[in-house]
Amino acid sequence: MTDVLAHGAICVERHLKHLMRKPDKLVEATVVPMIFVLLFGLLFGSVIDVPNGGYHEYIMAGIFAMGVMTAVQGTAVGAVEDMRNGITDRFRSLPMSSAAVLLGRTVGDTVMRAVSCLAMAAVGLAIGWRTHTGVLSVLAGFGLLLLFGFVMAWLGAWVGLATGSAETASSVPNVLLMPMMFLSNAYIPLTGLPHWLAVIAEWNPLSAVIGGCRDLWGNPQAAPNADAFPAQHPVLLSLVWMVLLFALVAPLAVRKYRTAVAR
Amino acid sequence: METAIRAVGLRKRYGDHEALRGVDLTVPAGTVLGVLGPNGAGKTTTVRILATLLDADEGTAEVAGYDVRTQRRDVQRSIGLTGQYAAVDELLTGRENLQMVGRLQGLGRAAAGRRADDLLERFELTEAAGRRTGTYSGGMRRRLDLAASLVADPKVLFLDEPTTGLDPASRLVLWAMIREQVAAGVTILLTTQYLEEADQLADRIVVVDTGQVIAEGTSDELKQKVGGERLDVRPVDPDHLPAVLAALAGLSGEAPTSSEDGRAASVRITGGTDDLAVVAAELARQGVALADFALRRPSLDEVFLTLTGQVGRPADEGADHKERSLA
Repeated sequence: MTDVLAHGAICVERHLKHLMRKPDKLVEATVVPMIFVLLFGLLFGSVIDVPNGGYHEYIMAGIFAMGVMTAVQGTAVGAVEDMRNGITDRFRSLPMSSAAVLLGRTVGDTVMRAVSCLAMAAVGLAIGWRTHTGVLSVLAGFGLLLLFGFVMAWLGAWVGLATGSAETASSVPNVLLMPMMFLSNAYIPLTGLPHWLAVIAEWNPLSAVIGGCRDLWGNPQAAPNADAFPAQHPVLLSLVWMVLLFALVAPLAVRKYRTAVAR
Repeated sequence: METAIRAVGLRKRYGDHEALRGVDLTVPAGTVLGVLGPNGAGKTTTVRILATLLDADEGTAEVAGYDVRTQRRDVQRSIGLTGQYAAVDELLTGRENLQMVGRLQGLGRAAAGRRADDLLERFELTEAAGRRTGTYSGGMRRRLDLAASLVADPKVLFLDEPTTGLDPASRLVLWAMIREQVAAGVTILLTTQYLEEADQLADRIVVVDTGQVIAEGTSDELKQKVGGERLDVRPVDPDHLPAVLAALAGLSGEAPTSSEDGRAASVRITGGTDDLAVVAAELARQGVALADFALRRPSLDEVFLTLTGQVGRPADEGADHKERSLA
């Protein structure tokens, strides 16, 4: 276990160097989400009205979570690249555990999402987003986002290893992520949905994370069923979801790592 | 002698394709085994199984005394692997690449750094040490890749087509570096498509084709196995060719052949240097002046082509072809 952490740390260092040396990746991780904030904030903000704080305050948690969720593709493509250029074989021939390699990649990608969150927060503040809680609570919200990014990175690592192709690895997750994204509280308040659809949407893991952030930041929830469990305990629900997802995808990814090949 | 690599009955199937159909290998410690075969013969699959990257469907293998399936970590601590493609991280510098591998092998940061500097110097990469490997030439990357596989002083080194795609000069440099490892007592399993490479570097050669070992021996033994030796004789005066053919005719069961231009004769011989003496004496007695009188063994190319059956012709025709192409 100590080996996993020590080797994991070495791999994290490798990914942080990548982060510094790949300007295009950094641009992708900062500029694109910033544009999202501007587009959604200004465009939707002018047509959708949310009580208790307005749309700017409502949407930011959603945009943060969406930005963090792109870790799935980023990590998947990175895992495929490593297989393609032989680095994965090099690692596999070394006396180190698969978990360490994946830990390095997923932590490295989570750091990338943190940078991305900083960029989004800056633009968000500029267009009128504010938090209304203490510093610790605000930081806890970002912690929740990064934990979500970390779990999504593991999902991405598994997708990348399982598909073995950068093209597939970047398109396949959309099958899962698009419905997850639109059937959530990310962009629109769920108040207008039919009851059954609203229930599905509020139990959605992505909604739970976003609801948790809104809770921790004091931003409006606009939840349709204010008495239901997801609205009452969004932070708890999101943590449960993430533990479950992690417990599912991490072992799959570690197992796949030993035998995965690029196609 | 101690055995560094032993594989027994390795089988591997990918769907309908049987990549390995029972491969047996034995490599004594401190020697070089060349695994020669065309693309798709199963060379890389064999290396991947021995280097713990892949599990065989059937069969067992030991490397440095450890079972590749049950003692994976011990095997990994004893081996170095250089693949077909140069497995270096393009965004890291040469030094960072080696340092990372050293640290993953259990060296501390400082010790790994010193080891990296030492290897960079030995592989003539000191000047490029601080540059990202993405800027390296193909030859430099291969050298760095080989250096990376040597960071932990492995007892056994797997080189999977280490010079494929390299220019001749880089290939010579890499060969010299491989010879250094041999001199240091490292056991090497080298796969290659280049017969010359196997001939140059390997103590013993196995020829694999469609997932099986189809021949095994030293390069001399393999050459012997296929064609035996041939005596080529060319008289100064082409009119003397019939006399030469007559002198050669007495040597073996086979009739001598004359070359296409009608200036030289050739025959397969079985009696070694005794045969040479007989022919030389006979031609001297008849006063035939000779321009060329040479004992020639078939090249490994001919051995290879004959064994793998890629070209459906006997070895001696292959030899003639080679000779003509040289003329």
